[in-house]
Parts: sequence; structure tokens; C-alpha cells
Amino acid sequence: MALIEIENLSVTFNAKGRLVKAVEGVSISVDAQQSFGLVGESGSGKSTILRAICGLAPMTGGAIRIGGDLVPNPRGRAFSARVQMVFQDPYASLHPRHTLDRTLSEPLSIHGIGDTDKRVMQALSDVGLPQSFRFRYPHQLSGGQRQRVAIARALMLSPAILLLDEPTSALDASVQAETLNLLNRLRTERGLTFLMVSHDLAVIDHMCDRVLVMQNGRAVEELSRQALASAQMKTDYARALFAASADRMLEP
Amino acid sequence: MSLLSVRNLRVSFDTETGVVEAVRGVSFDLGRERLGIVGESGSGKTMTGRSVLRLIRPPGRIAADEMRFDGVDLITASEPQMRALRGRRIAMVMQDPKYSLNPVMKVGAQLMEGLRQRDGMSRAAAHVKAVEALDAVQIRDPERVMQAYPHELSGGMGQRVMIAMMLIPNPDLLIADEPTSALDVTVQAEVLSILDGLVRDRGMGLIFISHDLRLVARFCDRVLVMYKGKIVEELAAGDLLNARHPYTKGLLNCLPRIGGARVPLPGLDRDAGWAE
Repeated sequence: MALIEIENLSVTFNAKGRLVKAVEGVSISVDAQQSFGLVGESGSGKSTILRAICGLAPMTGGAIRIGGDLVPNPRGRAFSARVQMVFQDPYASLHPRHTLDRTLSEPLSIHGIGDTDKRVMQALSDVGLPQSFRFRYPHQLSGGQRQRVAIARALMLSPAILLLDEPTSALDASVQAETLNLLNRLRTERGLTFLMVSHDLAVIDHMCDRVLVMQNGRAVEELSRQALASAQMKTDYARALFAASADRMLEP
Repeated sequence: MSLLSVRNLRVSFDTETGVVEAVRGVSFDLGRERLGIVGESGSGKTMTGRSVLRLIRPPGRIAADEMRFDGVDLITASEPQMRALRGRRIAMVMQDPKYSLNPVMKVGAQLMEGLRQRDGMSRAAAHVKAVEALDAVQIRDPERVMQAYPHELSGGMGQRVMIAMMLIPNPDLLIADEPTSALDVTVQAEVLSILDGLVRDRGMGLIFISHDLRLVARFCDRVLVMYKGKIVEELAAGDLLNARHPYTKGLLNCLPRIGGARVPLPGLDRDAGWAE
């Protein structure tokens, strides 16, 4: 049975009386320990799907099931212990006036998990940050280090599912490589399931087993990794996206 | 004769913990061509671009043996002389439209401000010229965009507005600092081809600053690779795959490739010796 099942999901926003259909009838199914990618240009609704799963965007139609059960509304603690999200911009997603210690221990205290001291230290070393960083503030860290903190925070409750919203698009190429390696290592070590959003096909290809190409809130085409690598797209849009990918730029 | 020539450029900042040298002895010449500057954050590429316009505020200091633009000595030029150059002859497109446009001013007013102040145009004439400029960067509904505030535009549109704004005075040299890193791949390709067309049609010189080697290789004639404030390698864009310096190779290899092997991406080795 699939761990994440999304059936006919629709998200509609009401912007000053004008209805904006951000996601229309998208269905996804991701097995446990799989890695699934969502790709498309801005405004294609890929991030909105992740936000709808977490309850950050209003679902107006369809169903989301995690492990066979419909997600409750509001999501509640059991949900957050199972599903966590890493956001795009590490400059905006960490509280600027909380130390890393406070950021990392907050989920523990909300969920009444003890042993804070040891768990925070362990979390820092798991994502490859020195333990001397524990009482630093986000502004004292580089972009790549901040994204490591965001990943550590998401893993504090040992979730099974990680929703990754463009986790490396704000980072330099070399720091991106380090962050992707870290995510892959954590996935193998902990048997995590990834649902990852990116606009970079090369990143998705490196990280994911399957990918869904989206445009204007609709699913365009689902591709396996093999089909992507051998350029066997059926739709024009997926092919255009493939051709525009920066990765293709070195080809003569 | 080259449009811009820079010899032994140094940018340093006096901080509480001593002097930090952001750029350490950079030299290059630029004709009417497209030059790429590549490096990681902190390699000094943005500072190099900004020093050409002398846009570095104290405690930052600029020093160079020579920095000439079309016969003007940029090191000794007075502040009014620099003001006359900025925008009119040398323009700069900044990285992020979210932070570089005035959030409380309509796009149209921002585009027209320079025309009215600098060129003393009438309101109506400036409006016509601004709409033309938006048209040139392929914005479909320029009249609507003129009336919009920056937060009402997408990233790609904002970036195009900034490019339009910089191109209005028809500068001889355009410095583009990561003009597309905030954009999607599809929009990125669009903005790049707009820039490319404009540079070719108007015969401008272009300095294109980016951390993405692949982009620079596709888009520029020549590439300078910077590491810790120094140029470690200079190559023709077509020769990028034959790069010799380990840092350049590292920058290329750390990018994931479609259909590449599922192995950890190689990290970037950094050797302090390269910057000596």
C-alpha cells in the first residue's frame, strides 16, 4: 500500500473575489521509502501540493491519505510526528531571534519528549554541524548551514515522510551538492520517504525515482527516472522543460 | 581599444577583527563582448562588478593600479563624473527584484524617474519611452505593468523590469549580477535570450556574474573563474570542459546531471594554496 496517496486534489484560493485554481485534480501515490519529485515552473502548483498536505493551503477537493488514513483537520501532533517539511529559503524559515538550541528543542517540548540535551546535540552532528553552533543565531550561519539546521529541525521528531520544497534553490552549486548528499544519506540511514519539489530537473533526477511534471496547476506527465534520462517524454511541455534545463547547456 | 581595463584591483574592508580582502589583485580587459565571472559566494565576483561603478561604501576601500572605462580613469574620477557614468554609460542589473525595486513605488514611476530626472523629459514622453522599454524585454501588457507595484509581479517579470530600466539610457557596458538566479529554468532561458539579443543588437559590453558555470558557458564568450578574491583561471566559454584548474573542474563536477550515476556528488575541494 502506498504511504502517501493524493487523490484528485484541488486547491482554490479566493483572491479579492477572483478564484485562483492553484491545483486542479492532481493524483499522486508514493510508496514507503520512495523518493518522488514534483517539477514545473513557478505558479505550477507544485509547492501548493506540499502545503496542502501540511494544512498550510486550503484543500477544496479530493483526499489526502497518509498510510491509508485520511489526514485529520487540523493536522494535530500525530501528523507532525509523521510528516515534516523543509522550506525553500533558509533565510526566512528559521526564527531570527531563536538560537539553534531553541529552534531544535521546540518540537521536543511540544511533543513532551525528554532528553532534550542529548537529542539536540545528536541532531546537530547528524547534519554535520559542529556542536559549538548550538547557541548561535541563524544570522551567524551561512545559507548552507542554515538549510542544515532546517533539515535537523524537520528530523527532530523522527518523521517517516519529509516534504522538501526546493531545499537547494537558494544555495550555491557546491553547497547544493553537499546538501543533496546529506539528504540522500539521511534517507538511506533512516528509511525516509521524500516528496520533493524543484524547478531543476537535474536535481530531481539525482534525488528521485519518479517525477511528476506540472503546469498551471495540472499534472502533465509522470516519468520514471529511466524515461527522464533517455528523454522519452510524451508531452511537449515536459520536453520543453527538459530542453531548457541548465544541464543541457553544456551539450553542443 | 578595450572598453574597460582593470589592473590589479583590490577591495578591502576594515573590520573590528582586521582587514578583510574581498578582491585581491584582479586584472582583466573587456571589449564589446560578453564576459562571465564565476565563483562561489564570497569569491569576490559581486565586489569586482560593483567596484567598476565604485559602488562600495566605507569601510570598504577600492584600490587599483589602473581602472579605465573608455578613456576615463575610474579611480580618480570625481563623484559628479561617476554619477554621469552610472546608469548612462555603465548600468548594473542587481540580483533580486524583490529587494532591488522600490516596494512602495509603482513600476511605471520607477522607470520614468530616471528619464525625467536625468534626461529632463516630459511626463508623457517618459511614459512612452518606458512602455517601449518594457516592450523590448517582451512584457506582454506593458500598460498594466506600469501601474503595478513590484509585489504584484512575478520574479521573472520583476527581473525583466529591472533589465528594462537599465537599458533605457542605452549604456555601453552592462553589469549583470546573477540576473537569473532567482528565476525558474524556463523563465531563465527567456530572460537570457532577451539579454543576449539586446547585447548583440546594441553592441554593448557585458559582465555576467553568476555561480552557475553551465549558464555562463552557454551565454558568454569568455569566462573568469574567481576563488577567494583572485582569478584562478580564464578560458574561452567553449573550452570549459577542458578546464585545467581543479577548482573549475570541481565547480562543474558538483552539479547533478540528468541520467548521472546515483552516487554522492563530489564535494568541492578547496585548497588555500590556489589563492596565493
